[in-house]
Amino acid sequence: MSAALLYALAGVGLFTLGLHALIVHAHLLRKILAINVMGSGVFLILVSLGGRTVGAVPDVVPHAMVITGIVVAVSATALALALVLRVQAATGRAELPEEPLE
Amino acid sequence: MNIAGRRWHLLLFRWALMLLLLTVAGGLGYALLSLPEQAVGLSEQVRVNMEMSGVQNPVTAVLLNFRGYDTLLEMAVLLAALLGVWSLGAAEAHRRIDPQPVLSLLVGGLAPMMILMAGYLLWVGAYAPGGAFQAGSVLAAAGILLLLSSKRFPVRLMGWPLRVVLVIGLGVFTAVGVTLLCVSGGFLQYPSGLAGALILFIEAAATLSIGVTLAALFLGGRPQAGPYR
Repeated sequence: MSAALLYALAGVGLFTLGLHALIVHAHLLRKILAINVMGSGVFLILVSLGGRTVGAVPDVVPHAMVITGIVVAVSATALALALVLRVQAATGRAELPEEPLE
Repeated sequence: MNIAGRRWHLLLFRWALMLLLLTVAGGLGYALLSLPEQAVGLSEQVRVNMEMSGVQNPVTAVLLNFRGYDTLLEMAVLLAALLGVWSLGAAEAHRRIDPQPVLSLLVGGLAPMMILMAGYLLWVGAYAPGGAFQAGSVLAAAGILLLLSSKRFPVRLMGWPLRVVLVIGLGVFTAVGVTLLCVSGGFLQYPSGLAGALILFIEAAATLSIGVTLAALFLGGRPQAGPYR
């Protein structure tokens, strides 16, 4: 197994961890953090798959895409945090309501 | 509902979640393992076209030339996110804290250095790691440092000068693209020889916009028109 593949599989692990946290936590801040962890997993997969070239020079196109992705992730996180603050101001709590299990 | 039934539902939820996560991880892992061990990707195309890109750093060439359209839309996303944050309300009035002398001195020394470093990163992006986004991030960090240490930006800069700086990156990028569309018939198809200069021009405007947008996002709302309390 090549190093690039190992990193990519670690990225899959990060993505799955983030997905788990996104589902089980009701607090919105934790959900935002979970989405960021998922995004980091995707970036790790992209960067490592760009390293599968024959020579020493990696494929730069995925790297450039990750730079784009990081900026988009940061701005989306900022918007999400602002939304959470509004939810907190409107309802007094920053959590999803606990649904009673039927 | 009784407690036993509730516990049973919780158990069912846990198992279903576990199954879902295993399916996702297994599917993604299988997809990765079935990829070829070595793949050239687009690196060969990038290498062949580096000559006409106007810069020597392949990442900058991809970001500003080969896939310039991506970066243009990314600037639009950044601006849209800020508009979203601003539309949610005004920023909270900052509490006035008196920074300790050490903090004040440190920030006063660091901020100019960080602005200088942003300029260096912008310039070096043409042939080494660096570029508009790295420079913009450092600029934003300088702005956030100033905001955190209770340094106030002049109120008269918070109106239209702030808004001009926020849109200048997207504006210059689009203007260059449309001009080239009229002159050479291709959106963002730089004429050879001018590519390097145009990329630096776009990146300089983008750096300013990215830095100020990120710092403004940190404020968490529209800056208030009145004087700070």
